[in-house]
Amino acid sequence: MPQTSLALPGPHNVTRAVLDNGLIVLVRENHAAPVTVVNGYLPVGSVHDPADKAGLASFVASMLTRGSAAYDFATFNELIEGVGASLGASADDHVTSFGLNCLSEDFPALLRVLADTLRHPTFPAAHVQRVRSQRIVRIQEREDDTQEVAGMRFYETIYPDHPYGRSTTGYIPTINAIQREDLAAFHQQHYTPQGAILVIVGDVDTATALDLAQQSLGDWRGPQPTTQIPPVPTLAEIRQRVYPMPGKFQSDIFIGVPAVPRHHPDYFPIRIANTLLGRFGMMGRLGDRVREEQGLAYYVYSSQEAAPHAGLWYAAAGVNPANVNQAVDAIRAEFARLADEPVSAEELADTQAYLTGIVPLQLETNDGVASTLLTMEWLQLGLDFLARYNDLTYAVTAADVQRVAQTYLRDDAYVQVVAGPPADEAAWDEGINAEMDSGMAPGMTPEHDTAHDQAQGSARHAD
Amino acid sequence: MTQPPTAPASMHSNADLLHTRLPNGLDALIKPSHTAPVASFWVFYRVGSRNEQPGLTGLSHWVEHMLFKGTPRFPRGEFDRAMARAGGVTNGMTSQDWTTYFETLPAERIALAWEFEADRMHNTLFDADEVEAERTVILSEREGSENSVFYLLSEEVQAAAFQAHPYHHPIIGWKNDLHTITRDDLYTHYRTYYAPQNAVIVVAGAVDPDATLAQLENLFGSLPAGPAAPAVRVREPEQLAERRILLRGADQTAYALYAFRGVAADHPDFFALTVLDAVLGGAKGMGLFGGGGNNRSNRLYRALVDSELAVGVGSGFRPSLDPDLFSLYVTLAPNIPHQQVEDVVWGELHKLQRDGITQAELEKAIKQTKAQFAYSSESVTNQAYWLGFSAVTTDLTWLDQWQTRLTAVTLDDVQRVAHTYFSPSRQTVGWYMPD
Repeated sequence: MPQTSLALPGPHNVTRAVLDNGLIVLVRENHAAPVTVVNGYLPVGSVHDPADKAGLASFVASMLTRGSAAYDFATFNELIEGVGASLGASADDHVTSFGLNCLSEDFPALLRVLADTLRHPTFPAAHVQRVRSQRIVRIQEREDDTQEVAGMRFYETIYPDHPYGRSTTGYIPTINAIQREDLAAFHQQHYTPQGAILVIVGDVDTATALDLAQQSLGDWRGPQPTTQIPPVPTLAEIRQRVYPMPGKFQSDIFIGVPAVPRHHPDYFPIRIANTLLGRFGMMGRLGDRVREEQGLAYYVYSSQEAAPHAGLWYAAAGVNPANVNQAVDAIRAEFARLADEPVSAEELADTQAYLTGIVPLQLETNDGVASTLLTMEWLQLGLDFLARYNDLTYAVTAADVQRVAQTYLRDDAYVQVVAGPPADEAAWDEGINAEMDSGMAPGMTPEHDTAHDQAQGSARHAD
Repeated sequence: MTQPPTAPASMHSNADLLHTRLPNGLDALIKPSHTAPVASFWVFYRVGSRNEQPGLTGLSHWVEHMLFKGTPRFPRGEFDRAMARAGGVTNGMTSQDWTTYFETLPAERIALAWEFEADRMHNTLFDADEVEAERTVILSEREGSENSVFYLLSEEVQAAAFQAHPYHHPIIGWKNDLHTITRDDLYTHYRTYYAPQNAVIVVAGAVDPDATLAQLENLFGSLPAGPAAPAVRVREPEQLAERRILLRGADQTAYALYAFRGVAADHPDFFALTVLDAVLGGAKGMGLFGGGGNNRSNRLYRALVDSELAVGVGSGFRPSLDPDLFSLYVTLAPNIPHQQVEDVVWGELHKLQRDGITQAELEKAIKQTKAQFAYSSESVTNQAYWLGFSAVTTDLTWLDQWQTRLTAVTLDDVQRVAHTYFSPSRQTVGWYMPD
């Protein structure tokens, strides 16, 4: 059967079905190993959190595996762990994602467990307290991490008073404000099969997988999902923030600008420009200049984020506190160069070759296929997206790259955040307003059930 | 669900593994796998921080960085760009025992990786300016780690647990050494350890084994075998006294770390300790990337997290060349005294010594460990990593027999190793306490 996985996932080898209740099911068979992966989204996330209960969607997701109608905590743990499977859920801005990894022979039984956790969580009071305590400690650890603080404050500063600017996992006061009834009510109101997606990839028979999905989830009924996002704030000036963190050795920097939502025509031009700027090879032009030539940073990269209603484009680096200004200047110089000079035909072609050439690696494992299909369905890109992807990538021209750099990488409107040791006054720009508050966040890691794993190697690039 | 799971067939079977030693001493392993049109290439060198002397700590890791800085044929950045253009990924890693480089890319382009690795095994430049630029990059890497008090605590515990053996010092090196190491120090280290007879190369993926071997012989066969690498002779003396680290700082979350001297991968007790690790802190994904399932039914979790003394627990025990540490980690819940956690940890260890584990626990630990291994073997990158890792850490027989020996562990074995390796005088304890 190896041939089945040699072809790109597409309409000819992926089955898509919509159950009566609105749940979308995608199945892709791969019989290379007797394992099965389930990935899915529910259309509910931190954008549904009340501001004074930020972290609610994430809290609810982490409670799903703490007890459901048919499986209490201990039973659930034995069922899942006894067969070496994993099953969990976590919330992001717009979605709550869930996943199951198991041997194929356990798939029918564990899909029922998954369905029960999604549909009938019981929110046991003792576990509400326990999870609350875990989440508070995790937030505490986040507030002591320069990279996470810089990232959180960057989102807060670029999206003030907006759901996109708030931490997905919340803040200590908002977590303390959440009561058991809030969790149950949120689940009741927002968890629904309508607009939800279930992707099954692995050693399964398609008809059987669809039957099993119908049996365990087909009679679930829920409301039409609603998402009302307030208008995304615009940025018309430079906002610089510095967060001194005593006891630290390195400073972390985020510099970025508002960009475009996923369906905007500039999405692909920015994707190419960003890859060239801070991803290609050893982290693109930024890696060449800031790390390799100037030796300023162990890590420096750039990133594009594109949500349904807004997007960002930013660079990040970790540097010695004495080198903050030099690193910022070097990053900003690369922003300017991208806007001032057209990229060479060779550099553009290299970037396009990378973005298209890497696809087989991303689709090597069941998990890679499942997450790709899930993203395609969620963004409504169409099942033929991978077949069209090369054309979309190669349609971008050097003029497009220069234009999006000029349009978005502005030098008169951007956000710059630095978090690190307060030691050397000279390292900090004068006149910058330093603030200490209980910050904001991008999607932070939601589970905190296992402690740190000691690093085995010291990887050359942090991931 | 009541049936025990049938673990997938071992990812490593001799039937289709091609293993050859070239005349210059280079071990070549080729493992065809046609489930995806992808191939992975790894080069393992038998050198890591274990091979370093005081004053020169961090050499192996720095040399690893310098191998990305260019050869006459592939100036700095050229190979990275070529790999990216080919749709591949590449990286290098340094451990205590080995240094490795890998490339994973669409299978029809894998030869690009072979050419590059053969070239940089022998021809890396070590340009003086590049050495200086990399000094600050590595200091930055170290300072990024130092920002974590858990990293600092682990480093202190490791250093306290080993007094004579080079597992004492961190892989990245002590900061003072990173300031004073010279270009010649690095180049000498490279010349001493980077040679065919001190390396293992592995190809896994959608390749033809015979054609692959012919090309590898062509590219690597002409490299000169160097002199034998110096052996690490030092053995850590037996620990007779409990050692304690108390770290204080501004970070608000408290941690505790309990480390016991374990055994090397080739020791007969390795597999019983692996079971103990799974029972105490959860089965591990064994693979380099990802892995790890739900872990909330292990003994430490139930004793510490279910009782709300801790918000996170874990254990760590890995295959190593020389005996390394078997560690237990705890992230304390707010306002819980360290001593209270310590009493519970030792209560669990005493219980293991007194009563052993149950047959059900043993079976579960073995099942979980096998399943995690199966998941992490799905990618050719992991398959190649495991082959190379096993070859330099013990030998391929070890990997072959891994499932059999794990399955052969008995209740008595587990109870016996709990007695042998857990004792107060064998422990190094680290507490991090917020100011």
